[in-house]
Amino acid sequence: MEQNLHLWTIPLLPLAGAAINGTVGKRLQKNVVSAIALLFPALAFLQAAWVAAAFFDLRHVPYIEEHMEWIAAGNFTVHFAFMLDQLSLVMLLVVTGVGFLIHVYSVGYMSEDPGYYRFFSYLNLFMFFMLMLILANNYLLMFVGWEGVGLASYLLIGFYFLKHSASQAGKKAFVTNRVGDFAFLIGMFLLVQKFNSLDYSVVFAGIRNGNFPVESGGAGFLTWVAICLMVGACGKSAQLPLYVWLPDAMEGPTPVSALIHAATMVTAGIYMVARSNIIFNHAPIALTCVAIIGALTAIFAASIGITQFDIKRVLAYSTISQLGYMFMACGVAAYSAAIFHLMTHAFFKALLFLSAGSVIHALSGEQDMRRMGGLKKLIPWTFMVMTAGTIAIAGIWPFAGFFSKDEILWKTWSSGPSGKIFWGIGWITALMTSFYMFRLLFMTFAGERREAEHAHVDTHGSHAAAGHAGHGHGHGIHESPWVMLGPLVALATLSFIGGWIGWPQALGGSNRFEKFLAPVFEQSETASPSQEKGAPPVAGEHAAAAPGRPQVEPGHSGTTEVHGEEGMEQLLTGLSLLAAFSGLGAAWYLYGIRPEKPAQIAEAFGGFYRTVKNKYYVDEIYQEAIIDPIVQGSDEILWRSVDAGIIDGAVNGAGSTARFFSGRLRQMQSGNIRSYAGWVAIGAVGVLAYMIYMGMQ
Amino acid sequence: MVPVSFYLVLSAILFTVGVAAFIYKRNIITIFMSIELMLNAVNLSFVAFANVRGNVSGHVFVFFVMVVAAAEAAAGLAIIISVFRTRETLNVDKVNLLKL
Repeated sequence: MEQNLHLWTIPLLPLAGAAINGTVGKRLQKNVVSAIALLFPALAFLQAAWVAAAFFDLRHVPYIEEHMEWIAAGNFTVHFAFMLDQLSLVMLLVVTGVGFLIHVYSVGYMSEDPGYYRFFSYLNLFMFFMLMLILANNYLLMFVGWEGVGLASYLLIGFYFLKHSASQAGKKAFVTNRVGDFAFLIGMFLLVQKFNSLDYSVVFAGIRNGNFPVESGGAGFLTWVAICLMVGACGKSAQLPLYVWLPDAMEGPTPVSALIHAATMVTAGIYMVARSNIIFNHAPIALTCVAIIGALTAIFAASIGITQFDIKRVLAYSTISQLGYMFMACGVAAYSAAIFHLMTHAFFKALLFLSAGSVIHALSGEQDMRRMGGLKKLIPWTFMVMTAGTIAIAGIWPFAGFFSKDEILWKTWSSGPSGKIFWGIGWITALMTSFYMFRLLFMTFAGERREAEHAHVDTHGSHAAAGHAGHGHGHGIHESPWVMLGPLVALATLSFIGGWIGWPQALGGSNRFEKFLAPVFEQSETASPSQEKGAPPVAGEHAAAAPGRPQVEPGHSGTTEVHGEEGMEQLLTGLSLLAAFSGLGAAWYLYGIRPEKPAQIAEAFGGFYRTVKNKYYVDEIYQEAIIDPIVQGSDEILWRSVDAGIIDGAVNGAGSTARFFSGRLRQMQSGNIRSYAGWVAIGAVGVLAYMIYMGMQ
Repeated sequence: MVPVSFYLVLSAILFTVGVAAFIYKRNIITIFMSIELMLNAVNLSFVAFANVRGNVSGHVFVFFVMVVAAAEAAAGLAIIISVFRTRETLNVDKVNLLKL
């Protein structure tokens, strides 16, 4: 008898918290609200930790827990069922762990906000849906979580709903995600059509055993499924061309940006692609698309990140860029590297966002880096943890980002000829990442305080307005309370040591992380070689015929090459360190030593700089090309012609026709008894005449 | 023996006269009387059929009709009196409160 892990309680605990705070929170004391808001995620985290401990004793992985039938239509059924395998376990720990820390932080950050209970209710609700997404045993249940986190994201982006830009941003996020969700749905329909099930096990087994060879020749069924899923992931994980919502999502409170728009929700797309690795491995064309989209997004967002001045927007573009990295890793079938980066990114990006929140908090709502500077001495703890986060994201040894980023770059390099290009893009992106992150750090903390005269015109939300009105005009720059610093320190520690579990073999480690995740991905990896083994004589041709086809794990190749590969890997590691340090150096030179330089450079690049600074005018292009035509079409065609003309016309027409005829019929109802009697008599005569006529027949 | 058709023709004539009077007359009492006429026209055909078929249920039915007609006359006359008291007319065309 397998041990019962009671997975269902993990998502349900935060839901209970959300329900309590959402219904009666308004009438509760603030500290009771915080206690509830912290207790349930904490319990969920403890449960997750216990599950993780018990996981290693499980005899059957994946562990599956079926609770009840949800949908039964003919012979198609969907269950409320949860699944735990290595992949979902990693996600589970990241979400509950980082999520809990961010909850703690929020207690301090949001303490002055009138919508305190509402905030925590939404935050717990988000945890519930995210855990559903992770633990689901089938695509449909995953989709429930998927939509749910979208809802929570919408609610939290628009948390300051009285602010127009915030509610607009929430709407934008929701609608943009809808585009991706649509594709995800289509992908699911295709799967149902073919496999009559949405259970992971059934679908994946069907692909492994069924007649679905690797579609290297051309786009087949699985390619379409994979592309649909990919578009879905693009929406959620903010990839080109659907990334536009994420920068605007920064309208939400900073802990929300940290939890939802950096650490957890946006990684759902990566998780989904990794979860569907079998489908993607059988569809090399789709996989190549994933890699291309990831690589382009990475460099595109990084270039925008360099030019931004809003501290949160820099981090937002950095998030998009890092997600692009993960996508790229998925695209070269290095799923474990992607998940590894997902995890380390969750640590250091949550840390960076929360530190940025701490800075904003200290400056009473200021977000423009041009009005910061010299904060090192004023908020030393924040400075220290933020430095740790910056080093981690820049990829400097031995911080977490180094290992995961290096892993991705190495996997891309070794994935075949086209991988070299992706590696090049990734390398440049790494350089840019290091540059804009250190730029952020130097602009914020180094040098002299640049207090612009209009620095306290508070443009950043009711949080600051409501929360810090009492602090006066910026003279009260203060370190954040311990309830905020505690999570920061914890995350900084994780950003420091978190990468060590994936210490690569080339550097004398054992890469435990990859080995741990291997069972989830190995099934698919063995699936493709077994296809080739099935027909040994053509195996070589098969591989040769598809140069773009991602290779299987390099570890599978012969031991003779190991030494050469290790040398190569060490060389590449050196190169990525070089990128990180060049970025650091350039940022130090431009923003530390010669602060007047950046403006001159920007001047020199003129038009190009403005293009990048305005985010390549993507929002404007979308506005022109998509939103305006839709709005106009809705306005002129759908509203004025179809709705007002045809639909209203039909309804009004039916009404006035009825009115016309009843007006005529009304005349019969004269109220004159004798005329009624006359009608009766005429009727009787008619009946009689008919009867006589029938009698004569 | 008079054939049954004679009775039926008489009954039809009486009924038609009743209908015609009901439609054309304006005085409520006349209308009332024309109703009685129609009822009795029907009674006549009942009796005629009962006689021809040798079945008593026709006769019995006539008694029912008479009882109902008597009750109706009582109620109807009461209404007529109260109408006359309130509106001081017996012209049905003037008793038209329910008309549009």
